[in-house]
Order: sequence, then C-alpha cells, then structure tokens
Amino acid sequence: MSNNTNSTMLEVADLNKRFGEVHAARDLNFSIRKGEILGFLGPNGAGKTTTMRIVTCFIPPTSGSVKVDGLDIRENDLEVRRRIGYLPENAPLYSDMLVGEYLRFVGEIRGMEGDALTRRSDDMLRVCGLTAMANRQIGKLSKGYRQRVGLAQAMIHDPDLLILDEPMSGLDPNQIVEIRQLIKRIGREKTVIYCSHILSEVSATCRRILIVNDGAIVAEGTPEELTSGMGTGNRYHLRVKGDRQSIESGIQAVQGVSNITVEDSSGDWTAVHVFSDTTEDIGEKLFRCSVDNGWSLSELRREAASLEDVFTQLTRG
Amino acid sequence: MQKVLTIFKKEFKAYFLSPIAYVVITVYLVVTNFLFFQGFFLINQAEMRGYFGLLPWIFLFFIPAVTMRIWAEEKKVKTLELLLTWPLRDTEVVLGKFLACFAFLGVAVLLSVTVPITVAFLGNPDPGPIIGGYIGSLLMGGAYLAIGLWVSSLTENQIVAFILGVVVTFVLFIVGNPFVTVVAPSFLIPLFNYLGLGNHFMSISRGVLDTRDVVYYLSIIGFFLFLNVRSLESRKWE
Repeated sequence: MSNNTNSTMLEVADLNKRFGEVHAARDLNFSIRKGEILGFLGPNGAGKTTTMRIVTCFIPPTSGSVKVDGLDIRENDLEVRRRIGYLPENAPLYSDMLVGEYLRFVGEIRGMEGDALTRRSDDMLRVCGLTAMANRQIGKLSKGYRQRVGLAQAMIHDPDLLILDEPMSGLDPNQIVEIRQLIKRIGREKTVIYCSHILSEVSATCRRILIVNDGAIVAEGTPEELTSGMGTGNRYHLRVKGDRQSIESGIQAVQGVSNITVEDSSGDWTAVHVFSDTTEDIGEKLFRCSVDNGWSLSELRREAASLEDVFTQLTRG
Repeated sequence: MQKVLTIFKKEFKAYFLSPIAYVVITVYLVVTNFLFFQGFFLINQAEMRGYFGLLPWIFLFFIPAVTMRIWAEEKKVKTLELLLTWPLRDTEVVLGKFLACFAFLGVAVLLSVTVPITVAFLGNPDPGPIIGGYIGSLLMGGAYLAIGLWVSSLTENQIVAFILGVVVTFVLFIVGNPFVTVVAPSFLIPLFNYLGLGNHFMSISRGVLDTRDVVYYLSIIGFFLFLNVRSLESRKWE
C-alpha cells in the first residue's frame, strides 16, 4: 500500500452521536486505508448502524468529523454519497418492483444511462447470481435473494467505499461462502466496511477488525492480534485415568495453571479443563505431570482463546 | 432534473403496480358521476356547475388516498434510509414524488371526461366554465396533493396519513366556507376567504381564470412541498 496523502478512504475523528439520553457513538476515532476490508464488529445496539448512517450522510453527527476520500460529509454530502455504496440492515427494497427494473432505477439515480447502464446492471445480476431472477418481483423473493439484490444495488456504480450492514443475514451456508468470496474480490480494489455481530463471518473476510461496544471502540487489530494480545492465556482439555483426588492436586500444582475444573467422564476416565494464565504453552508440562504420576492419558489438546472469547470478554458487562 | 424524472417514472409506475390505483380511480369516478347525475336531471340544465361544486368535497377523501403511501410506506419498510443515502437532493425526491401524484390525478381527471361528453350530448353547454373547471380541478387537486404528501411524511402509518390528510385539507377548506366565515371575527374574514382551499376553485370554474387564483394554488403547493423537504430534513435535527 503506497503512503501517498490520498491513501485514506475514510477518516472518522472524535465522532459523537447522541439521541437525547442515548449516547450511540462516543469519541469514535478510526480510519480505513483504500483497498482494506474492515470488520466493524459489536453486539446488537452497539452503535454500528448509527455510525454507518452518519458515514452515509443519512444523519449528521452530534460532533466530530467524518471524511470520505478527503471530502467532509457536511460540506460535500452529494459527492460523498456518490462514492459510497450502502447496503442497510435487512436490505430495504421496493417490493413491488422487478429485480432488473430496480437495478436500472438505482443505476439511473447513480447517473448511468443507455448501454452503459444495461451492461452494468446485467453484470451485477450475473455477479450476484440474480440473472434468473431478473423478471421476478422483489417482494416475492426469498430473504437470501433480497439480500443479493441489496448487494447488487450497493455495487452498481462501482463505489470506492462499500458499506455492508449485516450482509449475510438470511443467507444459507453456500450463499454465505459465495458472497464472502465476492466481498473479498471487491476488497482487492475497493474499500469495504463490513458490519456484523457474528464473529466468524468477520474474521473470515476481514484483515482488520474494530470491536465496538456501547458506542465506543474497545479493540482494534487483525484477528491474530486480537486473540493473542488479550493475555487470556490458553485452555487445555485433558482426559486422564487415575485417582481423582491426586489428579486434581497434581494438575493444580503444575506451573502456569491458574484454574481447573474436574468432572467424571465415561468409565474410569476423568475430564479436566485447565486454564493457564500465561501465553506460554504448558502442554508439555501437563503431559510430564501425568506421566510422572503414572496416569493414563487419552486426550490432551490446547484450545487457543478464540475471537469469540475476546469478543465476549470485551463486550460483556 | 434527470433525477426528478427518474423518481417520477418510478413512483408513477408504482401506482399501477398495486391494485390501489384502480380501486381509488374507480371509486372516484363512480361517486362523482353518481352524485352529479343524481341531481343533473332534476335541474335539467346542460352545465357542469354541480359537478365542480362536488369536487372540493370529493377531493377531501380522494386525494389523501392518493398520497397516503408515498412517504409513510418508505418509512415503514425503511427504504427511506436507502433513498436518502443515494446522491439525490431532498428537493429532487420531493418534486419527483409530487409530479407522480399529480400525473396520477391527471389520469383520474382525464377519465372523467365522459361527464362533459354526456352533458354535451344532452344539451348545449357553455365550454368556458367546463374548461375552467378542469384547469381549476388540477390546480386545486395539486394543492390537496402537496398537503397530503406533507402529511404522509409525518408518519409511517398509511391509515394515519390518510386520516390526517383528510383532517388538514378539511380544515383548510372549511375556513373559507360561509359556514365558518359567518361566525368568524370580521377582521379575519378576508384572510379566511383568501385561504379557503375551495374559494379560488369556485371562481376559476365559473370560467374566469384569474392570475390571483392561480398564484394562490401555486403558493399552497410550493409552501407544502417546502414543508415536506423540511420534514425530510428533520431526521438531521437534534
């Protein structure tokens, strides 16, 4: 990525939004480089949609500044809107229009006409797998197809910045994989903001993730940075055979173990969950411990703190 | 301007995609024809004064039915959020939608030409008042539409939009009616007479196309379309 002055697609500085008593966005500061796919992650009601509505010029911020491709959203709102393609949550569409007709309508609003418009809307139908649906009424489509029409609508003018609010809702697993590929492909040239409350989706698509909770950014980084930098340590799962009392005290004594839970498993086996407080791998120590004590060991595996853990930890309470 | 046309085409077409348009137009034509011809043969005069006398009353119900869904539906199904993040000015959207409603009114009015044709068959009517009446009904209808459109932007419930539309147009209509002006304080009477939605129509439908009457309707249209733009902007207020 070149470091010229215009390499920032979106710059949000000290953004605040209040709705009466509710503080929906608190001092948000972030920026996105061109060609980046940013995951905007947070539980429902964290302020994701509000932030996106501000960026798309639907509502103004209470304070702070937002610049899209160097243009201020207050001063150049039409220019900003031309650069953005937006798929709002639940893909609100005109249900009495036909799919093809709707895309042409949006294309015309985006200033396209004639052959260029026809070509572009045909392209979009193909890319989003809607060609067979072109003459169907939008209101009669399934949720997944409606979502795709919404996506096609957002991309028809080849926007520099594509904002997708919960784009996968209502899609089946195959469609999710397809759309994920599509988003990745777009993300090679264009900038994408991907809002979701589902982690696995975001971590599969985005190289950088922003976690928001209660209107404020609580973490930022690549999926790896987020999981490793948390200092959450690791979790181990063991299945051993031996005297339960001695297992409990033996494992507890291993260096680095912070907490264990012991439960009976099938037969004489005992299942042990071990939590460590270091990022260092203590698997070998656990193995040594069971060998030294003469226990049989049928299972020993490490469960790295997942992004899910990070997310829950950051957004709870 | 291109954008206005795009919105206009989409909205106008939307009327005929749903059965509402056909129902509304049919009811409009049946009711006006029935009420008019009921008295027509008793009076036994080949003229349409009675017809145009009915219109301000019929429009009270017909027009809000035409405008009720325009904004309320966009709000309800949240398409407004998408519409207002497209590169369009609020004025372009409002104007496009208004023109679509106006064209729809034009269709309904055009379909009522069976009335003057019938009257012309039965007698020898003076064309002046009839032509004036038609121009007047478009102007007055436009004013009703602008009001109905604005009211629709205040709610996401179409039924509320309809009822509120009837109420607001009724109030603006009744202030100029003798029913109110008779009891109003004398210094308000000229104002009420001027503001009344139906009064200017009555003078136009006598066959006298006075610029003051045209200006009146155009200002009502302009004022309520302005309010409509403001009410779209209200999402931006704190």
